[in-house]
Amino acid sequence: MFWKSTYNEFIKIAAKPRSYIGLAAITVLVSVILFAMKVDGLAYISFITASFEQTLSFQGNVLNGNLMAFIVLQTLIIQVPLLVALVTGDLVSGEAAMGSLRMLATKPISRTKLLLSKFLAGNAYTLIILLWLGVMAIGFGRILFGNGDLMVLKSDGLIILKSNDVMWRFFSGFVIAYLALVTIATLSITLSCFTDNSIGPIVTTMAIIILFTIIGTLDVPVFDHVRPLLFTTHMASWRSFFYDPIPKQEIINSVIVLLVHIAGLLGIALYKFNKKDILS
Amino acid sequence: MPEKIIELNHLSKHFGKIRAVEDVSFDVYKGDVFGFLGPNGAGKSTTIRAMLSLITPTSGEIKLFGKHLHANRKSILSKIGCIVEKPDFYNYLSAEKNLEIFARISGSDVSRLRIHEMIDFVGLKGREKDKVGSFSHGMKQRLGIAQTILHDPDLIILDEPNTGLDPQGSISIRNLILQLKNERNKTILLSSHILSEIELIANRMVIIAKGKSIVQGNVSELLNEQDLIVSFEVDQPEKAVQIISEKLSPSVIGKTENNTLQLNIAYQLIPRINQWLAENGIQVFGIDSKRKLEDYFIKLVSN
Repeated sequence: MFWKSTYNEFIKIAAKPRSYIGLAAITVLVSVILFAMKVDGLAYISFITASFEQTLSFQGNVLNGNLMAFIVLQTLIIQVPLLVALVTGDLVSGEAAMGSLRMLATKPISRTKLLLSKFLAGNAYTLIILLWLGVMAIGFGRILFGNGDLMVLKSDGLIILKSNDVMWRFFSGFVIAYLALVTIATLSITLSCFTDNSIGPIVTTMAIIILFTIIGTLDVPVFDHVRPLLFTTHMASWRSFFYDPIPKQEIINSVIVLLVHIAGLLGIALYKFNKKDILS
Repeated sequence: MPEKIIELNHLSKHFGKIRAVEDVSFDVYKGDVFGFLGPNGAGKSTTIRAMLSLITPTSGEIKLFGKHLHANRKSILSKIGCIVEKPDFYNYLSAEKNLEIFARISGSDVSRLRIHEMIDFVGLKGREKDKVGSFSHGMKQRLGIAQTILHDPDLIILDEPNTGLDPQGSISIRNLILQLKNERNKTILLSSHILSEIELIANRMVIIAKGKSIVQGNVSELLNEQDLIVSFEVDQPEKAVQIISEKLSPSVIGKTENNTLQLNIAYQLIPRINQWLAENGIQVFGIDSKRKLEDYFIKLVSN
């Protein structure tokens, strides 16, 4: 019954027009960034590397597909959660608003299985969004700009990664980015269990991300103890795979924090959904 | 004694200070078309939601098919088909896809053939590929009935299935319900706020108001206890009025127009009055009776 219900959720997500907004938005955004880089990329690179040009000489294809993918990911990783929440925040509350949740809940399937099937389908959608971002950023980036060594700018220096040392880092980075997006999806599904309108959870998810991001970036001592616990702090951990050496402990910490958030939020969602009086 | 399909014992549901349902009890037997009657806001939908585990009762006991609902939710719900308030489908999917979705989690193996049979049964053949968003309210109601019977349930619960339908749509739904009862031998619980609708379909009923059950029993017996408006068409109306006033009371006589007397009397008195009139040489050309359903319902509910 669980897999049948999950299959139902896939069908519903696939049939909803709003599910394609994310894919379309990523296509447009990545295309705009790649077009801009194709036109003005060299000026952009020389602006970034200006401070190093007196001591270093850059040779070869600096403006390559790997750098484009890195720039695209860095730029869009803030926007992608909105595209994910647009669909996952609607999974329970949208059905409650529509009344179909009432019909589903009268079927011989436990509410736990019903919610878990929505959670699984939501995560599959999140994976599709992220994979499409990867295909657009890495695939089209390489097609348009070719392969080459990746230049990563850090606050304390510059890292050059060999082109044959990059793909596994992208893959690993995507795994962490996926974990971060699953956290967002779980947050929006959890909020979705508390209300019967579909806009509320989406807006609240974004409000929480903005609030936590501001707390995370405010360099004020009072937030020092809170900052490492916020999931938003760990959303950019995918970048750690592009450092040399790779800060393994930081990555492990990020994975733990994100997993704890997912488990905690899912637990709250299951409790609320099982106790919920379906009145819509 | 037929098998009890629904046993509701002292069911109550409170939302904060609001007592939506208070101490409601009734039984539904196998093969019943059970009318669940009450004005809007009486607590019918809340009771039905509790019976389908959509809400948790504050107190009381719900047994379906002889088992406690809470402990046997899955096995019980697999034997029930229902529409609560109105059928809400996925408007962006076709009728067929919607039925496939609900069939998959119905607890039975429902074939595509069965889905098409049910679409045909409710008169939507030819529209199965159309998106439900393009359906009228009546078509959605019929699709809702198809959804309730897809998995061949033993108990069908229909909450106000005629709401918002035009007379033709109401007749169509009523005929579908009667078909389910007569041809498929289903037990049906039908909620409504219209007594005449229940009278046409149900064999037993309960009336609730303000969350409490007021009266329950056999529909015809309950209604026969009440006065009817009976019209007697006679050749000597003045003499007939005099006889009836002497035998019964002048208060039972209502309007007298042309040769027709209107009397407010019990059902059982009709043959006796006919006999008295005949014994006194008054010719009776016609007798027509109407039930004062609205008066009966309002009297019960307001008390």
